[in-house]
Amino acid sequence: MTSPPAIVVENLSHRYGERQALSQVAFTVGPGEIFGLLGPNGGGKSTLFRIMATLLPVQEGVVQLLGSDVRGAAAAVRRKIGVTFQSPSLDRKLTVRENLTHQGHLYGLRGADLRRRIDERLARLRLSDRAGDRVESLSGGLARRVEIAKGLLHDPQILLLDEPSTGLDPGARRDLWDYFHLLRESAGVTLVVATHLMEEADRCDRLAILDAGRLAAAGTPTELTNSLGGDCLTIRCGDAPALSRALAEQFAVSPRLVAGQIRLETPHGREFLDAVIDAFGGQIESITLGRPTLEDVFVQRTGHRFWSDADDETASAAAARK
Amino acid sequence: MPRRRCVHQPAMLTPVSFESVQAEAARMTSRVSSNTAFWLPVWTLAVRELVRFFRQRTRVVGAVGQPLLFWVLFGAGLHGSFAPPPWAPPNMTYQEYFFPGVAVLIVLFTAIFSTISIIEDRREGFLQGVLAAPISRLSLVLGKLTGGAVLAELQAGLFLALAPLVGLSLTLPAALAVLAFLLLLAFTLTALGFLIAWPLDSTQGFHAIMSVFLMPMWLLSGAFFPAGETGWLSWVIRLNPLTYGVAGLRRLLYLDRELPVATGLPGLATCLAATCLFCAACVAGSVWVASRRSSHDAR
Repeated sequence: MTSPPAIVVENLSHRYGERQALSQVAFTVGPGEIFGLLGPNGGGKSTLFRIMATLLPVQEGVVQLLGSDVRGAAAAVRRKIGVTFQSPSLDRKLTVRENLTHQGHLYGLRGADLRRRIDERLARLRLSDRAGDRVESLSGGLARRVEIAKGLLHDPQILLLDEPSTGLDPGARRDLWDYFHLLRESAGVTLVVATHLMEEADRCDRLAILDAGRLAAAGTPTELTNSLGGDCLTIRCGDAPALSRALAEQFAVSPRLVAGQIRLETPHGREFLDAVIDAFGGQIESITLGRPTLEDVFVQRTGHRFWSDADDETASAAAARK
Repeated sequence: MPRRRCVHQPAMLTPVSFESVQAEAARMTSRVSSNTAFWLPVWTLAVRELVRFFRQRTRVVGAVGQPLLFWVLFGAGLHGSFAPPPWAPPNMTYQEYFFPGVAVLIVLFTAIFSTISIIEDRREGFLQGVLAAPISRLSLVLGKLTGGAVLAELQAGLFLALAPLVGLSLTLPAALAVLAFLLLLAFTLTALGFLIAWPLDSTQGFHAIMSVFLMPMWLLSGAFFPAGETGWLSWVIRLNPLTYGVAGLRRLLYLDRELPVATGLPGLATCLAATCLFCAACVAGSVWVASRRSSHDAR
């Protein structure tokens, strides 16, 4: 990359009292990149997100956005970034337009310029006909679009999005991502998307996988899935735990149970598939051979499943913040 | 000659050169735009307070209704047992005595209602959007306080229009002085509410502080009953900063009658000075709590 990076994070550590929320996290994001922060809830991505949004102090390490240090030049950083929070930062008693006007004023915009920007964003996000409605009357998906319009009002060079698809149906989610790509292509906006959704992470140019406050892996989705090598088998059957034990015994592999199905990686998928069908064909309902997913990458890099530990982490994070 | 000077002493001309004019213009522009950057957020945050207030009609009932009810009911109930303080003008009824106290109560309730919304804003997420914006925390505090203070002024001002009912007639200058002092008090109590609400994350916590701190502060300010000359209670009243607010308002309501100085009724200059000091302390405290970037902000 020839142009200087949009975001530089070096040796970033953060603690909430006793709990280490981030330890020694480092990555860079190039200008115009769509960068994903993937991890289970409580994995540290929200903490990282809030530090980048200048809401949390930098305790240890360096965070630079567009060359400005978040620690020293928070005001300069705030002018250049747009932030879309997971919990809507909208005033529910105000109308859509009033919310956007308020936001514009906070960023020093006013008058005809502000009105033009609001109209343009509303049209772009297909909200024009709801401009006069109070936010409390909007559906979750519409409110999220208002939230995004709000983050884009001052033409930020970096847009930070925390779980942007929360509450959106698949169609709206697709539209939203098309819009993200358009933003990147037409305005060169750098996007950072914190997400726990694999399919969303898959649409990023590059991503960092965070687990228990550590950077477990970073790279393009393809690089990450290729790094596992080989193929991935998914087996659906009646008694998954029993079959999983039998497979482990017979083939010396380490299958996992994911949502009631058996998953395992193997360097030679075709041969292994045949062998499994020969041995256990009667018990199997269906068997799929495919490329490894980001979830497989996560499991392989962290040594544990994406969801089960995530729930414990959320509980302990909630406890730590009390 | 001038041409020669031009050639030989160019340095003398630089102070009025085009560049310096341009630089001065740029300085002025930046001053104007930094003024905008400071006052536009104050304006928009204050307007938001007003708009929200008028969209939640029940808040009007809470902030004006209860004090009004107190005034009517306590006024009637305590009428018989009320012994006017030595400084009281002749024939003072309890309703008349209680009148400025009720105005302060309306200000206090409005301040509480408008600052309690900070906790809701934090919980619902609105506040984090404001905190992530490039505005100074002083703008944020002033915006919130201005909104709350204007609401308090409006409601307490309406109540004060009832003054003739208790036999008080105000000249126009006296009425303006009363309203100005009320605005100072409104700013003070809204800032006090801000200071309390900012670190909290539940409205229940605020209600607790309201019962054990804010209400007693009002009760022991000479608003509800006059201070005795001696005893520990008279000292509590003397040390209570709100005493000076209530007494100041009372003095301005009786501007034409020169009430004597007494315990719980200090002179007007003392009242003004103490209230200004109290206001400055609360505003400074609010700016200080709001300026800390902590994990609390990111909740």
